[in-house]
Amino acid sequence: MDLAIVYSILDSSVRLTAPILLACLGGLYSERSGVFDIGIEGKMLFSAFAAGAVAWHSGSAWLGLGAAVLVGIAFSLLHGYASITQRGNQIISGVAINFLAAGLTALLGKAWYGQGGKTPQLANEARFTSLTLPGADAVKDVPFLGPLYSGIVSGHSILVYVAFFAVPFTWWVLFRTRFGLRLRAVGENPAAVDTAGISVVWLRYAGVTICGVFAGLAGAYLAIAQSANFAPNMSAGTGFIALAALIFAKWNPVGALGATFLFGFLQALAIPLQGAQIPGLGWQVPVQAITASPYILTVILLAGFIGKAIPPKAGGVAYVKER
Amino acid sequence: MAIPYAKLPSWAELGVMPAVNVIAGFVVAGIVVAFIGENPAKAMLILIDGALGSLNNIFYTLFYATSFVFTGLAVAVAFHAGLFNIGGEGQAYVGGLGVALVCLALDHYLPWWIVAPLAIVASALFGAAWAFIPGWLQAKRGSHIVITTIMFNFIASSMMVYLLVYWLKPLSAMGPSSRLFEAGGQIPQFSGMLKAMGVAAGSAPANLTLFLALAAAWGVWKLVWRTKFGYEMRTFGFSPTAATYAGISSVRITVLAMLISGGLAGMMAVNNMMGNVHKLDIDFVFGAGFVGIAVALMGRSHPVGVVLSALLFGVLYQGGAELSFSMPSISRDMILVIQALVILFAGALENLFRPLMYFIVPAPTPVKEAA
Repeated sequence: MDLAIVYSILDSSVRLTAPILLACLGGLYSERSGVFDIGIEGKMLFSAFAAGAVAWHSGSAWLGLGAAVLVGIAFSLLHGYASITQRGNQIISGVAINFLAAGLTALLGKAWYGQGGKTPQLANEARFTSLTLPGADAVKDVPFLGPLYSGIVSGHSILVYVAFFAVPFTWWVLFRTRFGLRLRAVGENPAAVDTAGISVVWLRYAGVTICGVFAGLAGAYLAIAQSANFAPNMSAGTGFIALAALIFAKWNPVGALGATFLFGFLQALAIPLQGAQIPGLGWQVPVQAITASPYILTVILLAGFIGKAIPPKAGGVAYVKER
Repeated sequence: MAIPYAKLPSWAELGVMPAVNVIAGFVVAGIVVAFIGENPAKAMLILIDGALGSLNNIFYTLFYATSFVFTGLAVAVAFHAGLFNIGGEGQAYVGGLGVALVCLALDHYLPWWIVAPLAIVASALFGAAWAFIPGWLQAKRGSHIVITTIMFNFIASSMMVYLLVYWLKPLSAMGPSSRLFEAGGQIPQFSGMLKAMGVAAGSAPANLTLFLALAAAWGVWKLVWRTKFGYEMRTFGFSPTAATYAGISSVRITVLAMLISGGLAGMMAVNNMMGNVHKLDIDFVFGAGFVGIAVALMGRSHPVGVVLSALLFGVLYQGGAELSFSMPSISRDMILVIQALVILFAGALENLFRPLMYFIVPAPTPVKEAA
């Protein structure tokens, strides 16, 4: 294979990894605090809609981003209210948010903009366009490393850099701050945290709120960075891939980077392999096999055939204070 | 699963609470309609007329309801064993493969009343097989059934697209779908039967599968409340530790419950494929697997409740389609919104209105200590 093709696959891997990574890190905060969240997909969709609509009305990508984050937080708080305060079933609440997002965004989009649910096309000023990192043009002709820097590292929207920067940041928060220690503790043994006089409810709300911020960033990336408008169901399972990646990463931020890049790479690989033949055999590569591979890999991992993924111990269980 | 709430009298627990929760969902949906700028009461009337206003409309409603009974029962059976099967969509999809294989092989040679039972068995077997893996993995390897069934939905969708594109699509066809089934692969529709008797009844797809759905509901009731296995399943769902202590095998319960659940979901394919579209295509499940979650929650996992809420969702699906013609700003996505609100209020927020009930119901039994 041509080196240029390798570079272009890696470049699109980076682009496709960003939303999965953002969603995955969001899920990490929530699940580490003991609240399962299969509603990330829905929150991304809501946020993408908010970003597309607000960026179009205001003409500002930043306002769009702000709206996306606020909407992400709002639905996280709904999930938090159902699962922390009401002690409802966290999975059912997540399922409800996913359907609500799929239905409501399409309904409002069609009613307001009349373009089959899409928000109007954004001008480049209202989007996060690609940034050229300093020196990218200068080193372009340096063999090997030049295109690596100018083609793959440089030339993405700011949200991509935010996503990758969020990995060390999350690691630092979780493993080097007091808040992170408590957040991890509340996902493992809330009774111990409660005994120490720290509010379980407050910590879990903090976890789901941060999750909402990340889902907002991921949604905004889909609508106003990767594309130039919102389209119905544009998240197309990204939130679920992120959940799979979270399991693959064993609820660890550095692992999340690896897992999401693997899944982003597989998605990027599916594009040039469309209709390609396996050399020597003359078989066509079924694209569906590559599309399904993240899910198959996750099932195999979950089954414990390649290492064991152990979720936070108190995940999915509401905390009832002892009287 | 100790719930730190006082138990209400059973008429309130089984009748009023679900009704209150569903009404809450509809009130929020009405607010959404008003927010878009339409009259919610008028929308409701159009919806009900669209669903029940004529024989043709009623047959459409029954057609949707038939599918939802299967998927609702599938989720309900798993609920009784304490399992949340989100994979109904994928199991119905794979069940469709079973129907397609039987129909494509036999529809030239045999009449429908021989093909249909075989196709029903095949759909149940294929659906059950697709549910077996997540069930077995949960029982033996401890992988969380919710995550595996979600993954299996995506895997099913990729696999079926692959099979349709590479194996089942006739060369002449444009879109990915199998060839049309001949008369041997078609279950008679009520409208056609009435037409033969001289009654004009439109061309709605409700068909004899409806009776299979009702039989399945009766069978589930019998299984869950009148057999030893059903008792074991409910015990396991209520308290896995107590069940294990009583010598009930968790592996057996989990795997069998998932097999039954998947089989029920798979049978949904018979209704739409042999009763309506007469082929295997990409979107014959039309989200019915997910509707099953709302149906089971609203019907409180009881077959009677499931049948009634399947009927309600049938009304929503058919009436919603009519509504989107009369009020173009209320697109069919409204159905998904209502579905989500029902899941939210009847499922995740089921205790939201409970404190209110204590004002109405005199002297609730005292709160039992949460274990």
